[in-house]
Amino acid sequence: MQRCGYPESLQESLEKVESTRGKRVKLAKKQKYYDRLSPNEYQEILKKYHPDYAPEGRKLLQVGPNKGDLLQKELTELLQGQPWLDPDAFSKRLKSPDLNTDVLIIGGGGAGSAAALLASEQGVNVTVATKLRHGDANTMMAEGGIQAADLPYDSPYYHFLDAFGGGHFTNDKNLLRALVLDAPLVIQWLEALGVMFDKEPDGTMKELKGGGLCRRRMHSSKDMIGMEIMRVLRDEVRNRVDKIKILEFCPAVELLLDETDAIGGAVLYNLDNQEFMVVKAKAVILATGGYGRLHLHGFATTNHYGATGDGLVLGYRLGIPLRNLKYAQFHPTGAAFPEQCVGMLITEKVRTLGAEPVNHNGERFCHPLEPRDVESALIIRECVERDNGVVTPTGRIGVWLDSPMIDMIWGEGTVAKALAGKYLQFKRYGIDISKEPMLIFPTLHYQNGGLAINEWGETIIPGLFAAGEVSGGVHGDNRLMGNSLLDINVFGRRAGMKAAVFAKKRKRIKALTLKHLKLYLKALAEAQIKPTQKSPVILPDYRNPQVKAKGLVNIV
Amino acid sequence: MPQFQYTQGDRTIVPPGTKQIAVYVMGKRYKVPEGLTIMKALEYLGYRYIRGCGCRAGVCGACVTVFRLAGDYRLHFGLACQTTVQPEMYLTQIPFVPANKSIYNIDKLKPDVSTIEKLYPETFRCLACNTCTKACPMEIPVMDYIQALVKGDIKTCAELSHSCIMCGMCSLRCPAEIQHFHVAMLARRLYARHLMPKAIHLEKRVKQIKEKKFDWMLDELMNLSEAEMKKRYAEREWEPELYDPHWQPKETKYLIIED
Repeated sequence: MQRCGYPESLQESLEKVESTRGKRVKLAKKQKYYDRLSPNEYQEILKKYHPDYAPEGRKLLQVGPNKGDLLQKELTELLQGQPWLDPDAFSKRLKSPDLNTDVLIIGGGGAGSAAALLASEQGVNVTVATKLRHGDANTMMAEGGIQAADLPYDSPYYHFLDAFGGGHFTNDKNLLRALVLDAPLVIQWLEALGVMFDKEPDGTMKELKGGGLCRRRMHSSKDMIGMEIMRVLRDEVRNRVDKIKILEFCPAVELLLDETDAIGGAVLYNLDNQEFMVVKAKAVILATGGYGRLHLHGFATTNHYGATGDGLVLGYRLGIPLRNLKYAQFHPTGAAFPEQCVGMLITEKVRTLGAEPVNHNGERFCHPLEPRDVESALIIRECVERDNGVVTPTGRIGVWLDSPMIDMIWGEGTVAKALAGKYLQFKRYGIDISKEPMLIFPTLHYQNGGLAINEWGETIIPGLFAAGEVSGGVHGDNRLMGNSLLDINVFGRRAGMKAAVFAKKRKRIKALTLKHLKLYLKALAEAQIKPTQKSPVILPDYRNPQVKAKGLVNIV
Repeated sequence: MPQFQYTQGDRTIVPPGTKQIAVYVMGKRYKVPEGLTIMKALEYLGYRYIRGCGCRAGVCGACVTVFRLAGDYRLHFGLACQTTVQPEMYLTQIPFVPANKSIYNIDKLKPDVSTIEKLYPETFRCLACNTCTKACPMEIPVMDYIQALVKGDIKTCAELSHSCIMCGMCSLRCPAEIQHFHVAMLARRLYARHLMPKAIHLEKRVKQIKEKKFDWMLDELMNLSEAEMKKRYAEREWEPELYDPHWQPKETKYLIIED
């Protein structure tokens, strides 16, 4: 039978997958998957096959509090990049701010929106500045779930243990404690705001497991829980129009201090009319998200268009240390076919529902729910070292994720319902994922670490907070599925509340300054670093290089 | 190294010899390799997005595109990041749709037809022409959920509209000027807030946390040596991978089970 969405060259491999499926489903029903690795075996696999463990692709960071760290080349170049502003030339503008606000939130994704809601409840005026539209964020794209230990046979104890082990025992324990204890509170808050969680008829949450989780703890809304949470938070922010002002297409290009070295505000850049705007704020929350669009090691990414790691460089120039940035998270299952979808997230929920990865010959080669970094490394090994991958017509490589197993385990129609979003996406390209597998390869997914914060989202700069993917520590070196939607809510709410309290107590800000930027430029010059790019990046550039080369001026 | 590539970032790999097809971007004729999405075709042509591009994965509604095909009078709708270019395609993106969202306090609303009448009265002007459904890039039966709402069926509206990305094409096309994507947002929140039963186990757990019943467990964890932590992690008891309603954990010390 010709499987219509796939080209001729993949048909033979698809037949093999089909021929082994019956037997594999029988085993899966008995919970007999490929053996898990023991945690002692993780390191060896990671060292050999995980892209972040290879010494090439690293560049020494030569300035700032993390001087001496060997970070990914793309990240080091971002941190040592050329600022948009000349601090001397711009200093005049700082005397007459364009906008005054109590709390400025930079980033209009999940963390920024949760922060805005909690801050507004304290009665302060809030301004949310966002690079693209309100809600254009990785939150929108989260598919699999949000963790909270709220079932009787689970507890925050196991949630902590899972996340700490999953993070290779490098997590900040104070942050993790806040995460697991706030988790049920966050779910209840979202339930009351009107998030449509998947529930049984009696109201019990339908919960699943995820990679590295010893209990069922994953709350979902079909396979669009991130979108559902983001839509509700955004709608609620818009209901508070009297307290919360939204500035879309206005990314921040620099943070400002006051004369006492406390936070003073930020300089925004209006992408529509290319105007710089000075915002004076009594407290600032960085909620700028992650860095997938830096394409570390050239990998494709699941991240949204604006995920260029801006907050990292803004905070770093103020001297805020970075942590847990040694390893990025590569999601084991990014789409590798069709070419138009390359890098796109295939939720881990596909595997929690029973589908497993199989190679070119339809053979299993790893447990479907290893921690994400380990699972990614195992898939790369199968393709690169063992040469058991499937090569697409465009020369990409991947392995099959055998989604038809799901209907065979749970009954016809499960894929179409539980994975409604993915089902539609592949249907557009003529692939019915309830009948045919998906071709997958690891993709750059998540910035595990970031700016150091405490359990209230406070950074070392008085009045400056950070929440969500831009911050680091809670997930250690590797985040588990369902802990980032939780992270943005837990620390978004905490930062929002604390920032409002800080703003209310704060006295008048006398003068705004960019002196930190002067110092940073001086440090760059002393280290004889010639920036290779402008930072923050703001937007990636995917223009055809041949067309670009013919242009007269390349503005960015 | 093997001959295949996996480190190509977001650039599409166009194999040599790929057929070039003509497309009209806002009326201007260009040639692009077949098989690209509209979004990647525009970038191939040298466009750099500011508006009209968001998640690049079909869930944010930023890149909705309207097009006609040669010899076909009908308007077609799709997401630029998901729709493949076709020969002789006349296209433009719609980066923004003006609409008025009602302001409300979700806690104080009644989950019935009176709320819809008050907040989005134009909903009842629906002519049942189905233009909205035809305009939906997510294949949502938009007219059906509007008709459900008109009958006061909040639940059906919430369920049918669940995958709405709020791109606004329905509302731009509607001859009755209904603001579908906003009223559906309201319906989903009303349904989840007021009509779906509350999770009792969640309520209990929140109470236990507020009474600090788990604090000793976390205190214990935070003071463990690294070796002991690793041991507990490696030895933790696993619930079966596939849901088994009869499973019971052996270790109960770190659980609080109430009736």
